[in-house]
Amino acid sequence: MANAIEVNDTAAEAASILAAYRRMVARRAAIVLGLAVLCVGAFLLDLVTGPSALTPRQVLSGLFAPDSLTPPQAAIVWQVRLPYALMAVLVGAALSLAGAEMQTILNNPLASPFTLGVSSAASFGAALAIVLGFSLPFIPADWMVPLNAFVCAFGSVLLLQMMTRRRGAGVETVVLLGIALVFAFNALVAFVQFISSQEALQQLVFWSMGSLSRATWANVGMLAVVVAVVVPFSLHAAGQLTSLRLGEDRARSFGVNVQRLRFMALLRVSLLAATSVAFVGTIGFIGLVGPHVARLLLGEDHRFLLPASILAGALIMSLSSVASKTLVPGVLMPVGIVTAIVGVPMFLFLIFRRSERS
Amino acid sequence: MADDLLQVRDLSTGYHGREIIHKLVLPDIRAGEVHSLVGPNGAGKSTLMRALAGLQRATGSVKLGGRELIGLSLAEHARHITYMPQTLPQGVALTVLESVIGALRASPTGEDAGLGEKAIERRSLEVLQRVGITHLALNGLDQLSGGQRQLVSLAQSLVREPRVLLLDEPISALDLQHQLRVMQLVHELARERGMIALVVLHDLQAAARWSDGIVMFSKGAVVATGKPAEAITPHTLARVYGVRARTEHCSHGMLQIMVDGVLRPDEVPAA
Repeated sequence: MANAIEVNDTAAEAASILAAYRRMVARRAAIVLGLAVLCVGAFLLDLVTGPSALTPRQVLSGLFAPDSLTPPQAAIVWQVRLPYALMAVLVGAALSLAGAEMQTILNNPLASPFTLGVSSAASFGAALAIVLGFSLPFIPADWMVPLNAFVCAFGSVLLLQMMTRRRGAGVETVVLLGIALVFAFNALVAFVQFISSQEALQQLVFWSMGSLSRATWANVGMLAVVVAVVVPFSLHAAGQLTSLRLGEDRARSFGVNVQRLRFMALLRVSLLAATSVAFVGTIGFIGLVGPHVARLLLGEDHRFLLPASILAGALIMSLSSVASKTLVPGVLMPVGIVTAIVGVPMFLFLIFRRSERS
Repeated sequence: MADDLLQVRDLSTGYHGREIIHKLVLPDIRAGEVHSLVGPNGAGKSTLMRALAGLQRATGSVKLGGRELIGLSLAEHARHITYMPQTLPQGVALTVLESVIGALRASPTGEDAGLGEKAIERRSLEVLQRVGITHLALNGLDQLSGGQRQLVSLAQSLVREPRVLLLDEPISALDLQHQLRVMQLVHELARERGMIALVVLHDLQAAARWSDGIVMFSKGAVVATGKPAEAITPHTLARVYGVRARTEHCSHGMLQIMVDGVLRPDEVPAA
């Protein structure tokens, strides 16, 4: 008799825990949805913010009925506001997703495209193109700087990639190599700056600040394609990435080919980070902070962590874009400066929180 | 019957071209049995476990129910064998239940490759009940004690319902009660499910108590095998650990090991 009651008890307990678990899952889905709504809100805010005397209503109606605007107004909305705002969303999403995947596969909370040399490599590539005036046949001159930045950024991730595949190189080695890359590329950029002309130097400094003002429909389109292609693969790998958080040997024993998972993830990271940095320059901290915000909100089940990282990155970037237009009235600050200003305190907060925990 | 045997023959493995285990042969292990792998630090116990789990390259033959496992992919290996490392990593933001579900979702297991979402949840919860940690289901992994973490770790391995469970020092860091709970559970599940459990243990007393067979291991080679009382003797203890020890059976019939001291190098018996 006592036994029967016990069985009923455990059945009831199991049912209540399952219900609580499902509520937790539903809450996480709601948080992701909430982030998406905030993203749309921030995007619209970004769209209606700017130095020109357009009212929010004019901007929004101009989106749906371009004829309602005068040609100069239409040009502002369609050639400036919209591509900038879309670029902010895409770059934030791409860098944050890249950071989330990097942090998981390298088992390091401080990993991001910025901290592991991808951005520095891109700066170096851009510096070479700007200062030495590289050109290639059939490639328009406008595209040389982003192309060169892309090649260098992609190359730096491939270098990290090769390290992970070397026998005996642990993930710590890869992280240390990434940090070495930051210093090496920064030194190379400084060297190129040192030998460059005054004019090229100015161009280079502006490039390395990271700005949405280089957004055009062409490069917004390209980044959108990259994001659209990469995201489904990332989400598909979510289950394996979650199991990797339980330890490498354990994940392998659960049937996950960790080496292949790392290779594919780093390939996605290199595409996302290199394309973003090539088009907008150095944007720090999004790739680091975006995933941390997502993790704090809903843990490390990657089915939720990855979408939330994408959305958190896009949200922070959109808000940074708004701030870059409003912090100093009448001045459009390079957004890379703003993300760093916003990002450093957040970064410190996360570090202290982490050390307090351990 | 070869149907339910784990057979290890001529197994060689190592790291970076250095062979640690050479042509190892283990006694056959029958389904439902618990065997312990004992030996000093650095004997190659973990290396052997990792090789059996398919986590590192090995040559020779590891057959389960007559089927060769060497050369299978990780995913195919994982349908039969699960390896439980010594520790769970720190700083992971997952709840206990999520981590168990994650273990099941990592790759398809045995017959139930197409397990639905609800079935996965139900099975994960059943394992937590079985391990006796249902009340921790929604706690974060980082909020758990060492003993609780080890039980969660065990649940992650068990949820995949492996035919062979390899446990690497599952009780080294645990208090007495948790040691008993883990070993008792492994023993019960082996009997119930016909699962083979191979456990690396430092605690010889526990090994003697819970094992059907002992493999005493030193410098990459088997020194003694058999039932606990056959493998764990004053002679093998002196040879493998370099200690002076006695063994006797207590009034409950359990093997007791008493260590009196460390032998001088010239006192250690050769093979």
